[in-house]
Amino acid sequence: MMLRFNVLLLILAVVCALGAVTGQHRARKLFQDLEGEQERVRKLDVEFGQLQLELSTWATHPRIEKIARDNLHMTTPDASGRVVPKVVPAPVPKKGVR
Amino acid sequence: MVVRRRTQRGHRFAESPVLQLALQGWRSRTVGLMLMAAFVALVGRGFYLMVINNDFLQEKGESRYRREIEVSASRGKIVDRNGDMLAVSTPMKTIWAIPGDARTMSATQKQQLAALLDMNVRELESKIGIDKTFVFVKRQVPPETADRIAALKLPGVHQEKEYRRYYPTGEMTAHIVGFTGVDDKGLEGVELAFQQSLLGRPGSRSVIRDRRGNIIEDVGALKPPQDGQDVRLALDSKIQYLAYSQLKAAVEMHKAKAGGAIVIDVRTGEILALVNLPTYNPNNREHLSGAQLRNRALTDTFEPGSVMKPFTAALALERGKVSPDTIINCAPGKLTIGTATISDAHPHGALTVAQVIQKSSNVGTAKIALGFPPREMWELFDSVGFGQAPKLGFPGEVNGRLRPWKNWRPIEQATMSYGHGIAVSLVQLARAYTVFARDGDVIPLSLTRMNEGQVHGAQVFSPQTVREVRLMLEMAVQPEGTAPKARVAGYRVGGKTGTAYKLENGVYARKYIASFVGLAPISDPRLVVAVMIDEPSGGAHYGGDVAGPAFSQIMGGALRTLGIPPDAPVVKTAANEAGKGRL
Repeated sequence: MMLRFNVLLLILAVVCALGAVTGQHRARKLFQDLEGEQERVRKLDVEFGQLQLELSTWATHPRIEKIARDNLHMTTPDASGRVVPKVVPAPVPKKGVR
Repeated sequence: MVVRRRTQRGHRFAESPVLQLALQGWRSRTVGLMLMAAFVALVGRGFYLMVINNDFLQEKGESRYRREIEVSASRGKIVDRNGDMLAVSTPMKTIWAIPGDARTMSATQKQQLAALLDMNVRELESKIGIDKTFVFVKRQVPPETADRIAALKLPGVHQEKEYRRYYPTGEMTAHIVGFTGVDDKGLEGVELAFQQSLLGRPGSRSVIRDRRGNIIEDVGALKPPQDGQDVRLALDSKIQYLAYSQLKAAVEMHKAKAGGAIVIDVRTGEILALVNLPTYNPNNREHLSGAQLRNRALTDTFEPGSVMKPFTAALALERGKVSPDTIINCAPGKLTIGTATISDAHPHGALTVAQVIQKSSNVGTAKIALGFPPREMWELFDSVGFGQAPKLGFPGEVNGRLRPWKNWRPIEQATMSYGHGIAVSLVQLARAYTVFARDGDVIPLSLTRMNEGQVHGAQVFSPQTVREVRLMLEMAVQPEGTAPKARVAGYRVGGKTGTAYKLENGVYARKYIASFVGLAPISDPRLVVAVMIDEPSGGAHYGGDVAGPAFSQIMGGALRTLGIPPDAPVVKTAANEAGKGRL
């Protein structure tokens, strides 16, 4: 009777031990996946930075002006060709000159 | 038979005949003692390892599987007021080698490496031929190239992560943004001024690695990396470009040595544009000269000349000594004070105070100035910020020169009233003019974008005085004034020219600094623009001819960019300006 109980406990202990080992193993696997994804986040972040840089390089004002003037033959309108819409007055109107 | 039977019968263990043998007592005691001693030794050893030496062994054990790894942090970006990039860091790789190991590379491997690094093989061989334990092969290598090098698995060749700073706007914003050196340390401009907030602080984590080098677990405390904060400047890159291109055109056209321009939002004191010429490309800083690096608008002082006159006039109006219509006799265009004589470039007769400013009469201004005790003039100059650094937190900003009033001689007081004998920087000058653009108070300038809201400063002049001075400044750009070329179609603008002799070794040389500082729109000023051209040598040298047109272009463009409604009848002015080409 006592012997059977002991054997049962032994089997239980072995099962628990194996469970702990697989649990640890799976935790590590998941952790590795997490690491991989975080690495990807970093890589994408870097790429985003590089793309932003590229964007701002392509969009520099001298380049835009050159293309507008040379390729698209655009010109700055003179004063008579401009209309500035009246904007809603600023929240705090400037006092002084009336 | 007998024996067998006895066995079958059995007997108790204690009665076993073997135990009946009589042995000497000391033998058993010796064995017992030896066992005891061995046991004590084991316990002692256990105590030594587990208690006394515990920390040391624990550490040794951990070092077998635990690694501290650094987590890098990037430097903050610098952006303009609308979020356009002015400076940004991107990761790069440094390729380094242990020469002893690297020399074992085969010839093909060396060729491959050299090709990827854009070097020739001999150069590479000389680098790894050095008798050291560490050598940089190439710094700032793009990550893709570095990955390809890593794939070659070359012996003794390693790589390290580093950052490189890029400046998309390049030479346009070089002086204000500045640049960093190696190790991400700000050396100039905003990069230096805001070093503490831009700097990224790397973190660390301790991890367990498995046999293959994979990280499998985080252990212990980790220190998260802190990326540097982004800095948002007040700068508007569109206005900055405008100021840069117009100033460049003016400097080239008048064959000038240098130039500077500043645009200030008078409501908040924000610097919308700050340009210096000559400039440099911060992305490629080889062969730089001091002249290119100097942020003249902040670090160089000059005698401003006539741009100082409105301050003298404003003081006289404020004290009630004159009104804009008071007549001052400026004939015959000369005034002798003590042994010195001052004169006008063009002699005038009797002028009103307003006309003195409009036509920029030295004699008239000196006469007005001599009506004050020196201390009052000094206090005026001091209160609008001359003689003290603008406190922008910018490296190298200067105080200018404003001598204590106690030892001013009358002639000095007279010359100071029209801007000689006093030295200011362009930033100081632009800031001082905000007093006329506001209601008579001066506010501190700001490099960084401010949160909305009006700023108020110390009152210097009454709003009434300021309104009168503004009208005088507007007269200066009328056809009868000194700077008709500074007008902007569609807007009422006002300003003052300055044409000052340059001091060289304490003597006035026949070299000039032409300047123009002005504000617009006169009905409700929003912007102050200051332009300075150093040593124009293309014939013209008057402020109105050299700096005036550049002012007009910058001011016109900036007003348009900000969508400020015109306050002058467009039709009339446009008809006048129509023939004058582009704006």
